[in-house]
Amino acid sequence: MSHEAALHAHESHGHDDHGHHEHHDTFLTKYVFSQDHKMIAKQFLITGMVWAVLGGLMSVLFRLQLGYPEASFPWLESILGKWAKGGQITPEAYYALVTTHGTVLVFFVLTAGLSGTFANFLIPLQIGARDMASPFMNMLSYWFFLTASIVMLSSLFVETGPFSGGWVAYPPLSALHDASPGSKSGMDLWIISMALFVVSSLLGGLNYIATILNMRTKGMSMTRLPLTIWALFFTAVLGVLSFPVLLSGFILLIFDRNFGTSFYLSDIFVNGVGALSNEGGSAILYQHLFWFLGHPEVYIILLPAMGMVSEILSVNSRKPIFGYMAMLGSLFAIAVLAFLVWAHHMFVTGLNPFLGSVFVLLTLLIAVPSAIKVFNWLTTLWRGNIRFTPGMLFAIGFVSLFISGGLTGIWLGNAALDIHLHDTYFVIAHFHIVMGVASMFGMFAGVYHWFPKMYGRHLNNSLGYFHFWVTLAGAYMIFWPMHYEGLAGMPRRYFDFSIWESFKQFAELNRFISTVAMIVFAAQLLFLINFFYSIFKGRKVTDPNPWKSNTLEWTTPINPGHGNWPGEIPEVHRWPYDYGKDGVDFIPQTTPVGEHESSH
Amino acid sequence: MSLYLSIAIIALIYVVIFQIAKASEYVSILKGEENSRKQNNKINGFLMIAFLVLGFVGVYVCNDMLFSKTLLAHDAASLQGERVDQMLWITLIITGIVFVITQFLLFWFSYKYQENENRKVFFFAHSTKLELIWTAIPAITLTVLVIFGLRNWFYFTGDAPKNAMVVEVTGKQFGWIFRYPGKDAVFGKKYYRNIDPATNSVGIIWDDKFAQDDILTEQTMYVVKGQPVKLIIGSRDVIHDVGLSAFRLKMDAVPGIPTTMWFTPKYTTKEMREITGNPNYTYEISCDQLCGNGHYSMKGVIEVVEQEEYDLWMAKQKPQYFVANPDKDPEAAKAAQAADADKANTKDSTAKAATAKM
Repeated sequence: MSHEAALHAHESHGHDDHGHHEHHDTFLTKYVFSQDHKMIAKQFLITGMVWAVLGGLMSVLFRLQLGYPEASFPWLESILGKWAKGGQITPEAYYALVTTHGTVLVFFVLTAGLSGTFANFLIPLQIGARDMASPFMNMLSYWFFLTASIVMLSSLFVETGPFSGGWVAYPPLSALHDASPGSKSGMDLWIISMALFVVSSLLGGLNYIATILNMRTKGMSMTRLPLTIWALFFTAVLGVLSFPVLLSGFILLIFDRNFGTSFYLSDIFVNGVGALSNEGGSAILYQHLFWFLGHPEVYIILLPAMGMVSEILSVNSRKPIFGYMAMLGSLFAIAVLAFLVWAHHMFVTGLNPFLGSVFVLLTLLIAVPSAIKVFNWLTTLWRGNIRFTPGMLFAIGFVSLFISGGLTGIWLGNAALDIHLHDTYFVIAHFHIVMGVASMFGMFAGVYHWFPKMYGRHLNNSLGYFHFWVTLAGAYMIFWPMHYEGLAGMPRRYFDFSIWESFKQFAELNRFISTVAMIVFAAQLLFLINFFYSIFKGRKVTDPNPWKSNTLEWTTPINPGHGNWPGEIPEVHRWPYDYGKDGVDFIPQTTPVGEHESSH
Repeated sequence: MSLYLSIAIIALIYVVIFQIAKASEYVSILKGEENSRKQNNKINGFLMIAFLVLGFVGVYVCNDMLFSKTLLAHDAASLQGERVDQMLWITLIITGIVFVITQFLLFWFSYKYQENENRKVFFFAHSTKLELIWTAIPAITLTVLVIFGLRNWFYFTGDAPKNAMVVEVTGKQFGWIFRYPGKDAVFGKKYYRNIDPATNSVGIIWDDKFAQDDILTEQTMYVVKGQPVKLIIGSRDVIHDVGLSAFRLKMDAVPGIPTTMWFTPKYTTKEMREITGNPNYTYEISCDQLCGNGHYSMKGVIEVVEQEEYDLWMAKQKPQYFVANPDKDPEAAKAAQAADADKANTKDSTAKAATAKM
């Protein structure tokens, strides 16, 4: 009681505060140094989109090399200069593109762009809070991200080229300046950028956790939270616990690179340089530190998408999400197991076989909560009344991709098979489908679904449908055949396969994949056009609750100001999934439970 | 010019698609938004079932075109590979069944339960029984896969048989070095500071009595059909990976930390050429861990031969000690004498020729 009263007092105080500020908004405080969680969300989203376009463009460029290794494109030389001498991408440029594509997509797009956007946008709106626990820290989180982005971008322009040792940056390759041109100053900038990014993630994550735990509106108990919020909560916990480990790994790497320590280095002779004095370090130590973040990172990317998909599937099936508690339990199980499976990325590093066996067991265990989620999503659709909004389509696409990519995880998680498939195209197919494309689908679903709340306008539906079908079919056409390349042993990160008797047979297939990749990339530009056009010229939203949804964000005005609700924050009386209950289409969370109604 | 033309055409396509989409929005306002929304819903519902059917057709066609190019199309080249293939098939069947069922349900439900005014949705929020069923079934299936997988894992990572031949493999940017222990079957000690790219590429300590008969080769490794071979793997600079796709195995080469892997080749290279029907077939060693700009060209070759051929090959190899120290090499000494004699002869003849000219 006293807690609620205190919360209430805080809210009304917060409101007065914000009301006071609203009159002084300048361009700079409204759009640039904003402390409004909704504006920060948009900043994350648009920065993420810029990176998505750049990262996608990079993949088109290196797919050009893989698909047409013999061809020469003079226009490439005019864009890339010495990196595409004679119109052909050089190995240096190829590896830089592959590395930057990976880093940018994993961290800048699918971590900052996805959970940065939706955690900021949805947490206060869906739990009933005026803003984040610390709006200032929230702003800092974006500014650290932007600084990281700028540093990363600048690394593309250094003389010796950007870092080119893969997004995992394994030493000694990443530690030795002379092992690769990309490991010179390009790597310094890469690592600085990543360190700034970690700070951004931590500032954001702490804020999300504090907000969810402390600032829920009256009646919003933890089990009345929409699954989006639960997913974002676990995401933030994963990030806060694992990103510092990555940072420590990077700091040791900086020491090895620049101050002559030997954390990761031992017994090394570099061509053209000679024997180095480092002895006694372990290159494998870095991999443990890296994957201690690296694996939870997969779920940092995936969980927000899962949460949003759960919400969107339920709203558009006009049916409650099936098994709320099981969904929550499986999220929790995934979050815990995420910390206990990192060494499955290291089965072929000479890992102790017993340790390996433990990681096999724990890795395959993750398939159980994942299966529960899939079956619950399917049951949510069953006997529903499905509206195919573009958001819903992308949510269904997410489930399809999650199944396809998740099942190949069972192959790779089994160490005895991983010995064969590790670092082949099978792995590329697996993680792009389950983590890359699937999460991207979750992000698209979120953007289509919450766009009316973000901008007060609608996206064009027809373009949305077109975007969805081209992307879904294209994603499968790109990544499905890669499984076969992997089953032929074709290794990842090869610039050219022409000297390989075992792999050159796929030249035609590679051309096909590259062509589809370009078409799919082109279709994404349609989404961008739709997005930016609709911000200014889209059909105006007339109904504050266009999807007839139960959650709190739709109880705000169509264009909510800073502080979200003009009056009191609404009180919550029920869980968010009363769709089709007792024949009523939907019952918002703010509706009190009726006398004869069975409360959920 | 053609570049600008293609840019113009692409831009035009965007404009057309965009205009159509915008027009459809106006049409929907004219027709009544609710009506057009329902129509769109039907179209997308139909596309769901169409995607399901076309998707499965696509999977079939893809398999038809590509299966023969995978390693599963013919026998594995090692005893270990047989087990990997068997596991692949079992995993493929189990996950394949799950894949077909779940994808079918997903798109079928989407189609079947598309919006319909007359349908009353089924308020179904929870069922402990169902949750238990689909917790238990995956758990049991996975237990089977884990047990099966771990048996193979411990076999692959376990000790090599006693009769295994031992070869040391060292990765470097960008190539492979192989060391055979020579007649004494013991490798001489090595230290990385002794590395001399020209004569001592792995840094053997010559003073070690076991070192002097060690044999070094580059790029091509010879092994014997039917005899287990144990690789002791290391790296000189960055992390590499000994990828043996034909044998279904791989292992990282880490500087400073030796790793091991063993396998038993089943077919000679010649036999494999017949099995695959490819006269150029070779067992290739691919580097499977990004190691720098030459990563994609870091190729090694394994020649699997019969014992006799191996013995012949081995007899021709000269211990690296003599390559590095020609003055210690009895054969080289002989050869040098012969060469000196030759030189004397040549000198003689040149002198003669010169005299003749004069």
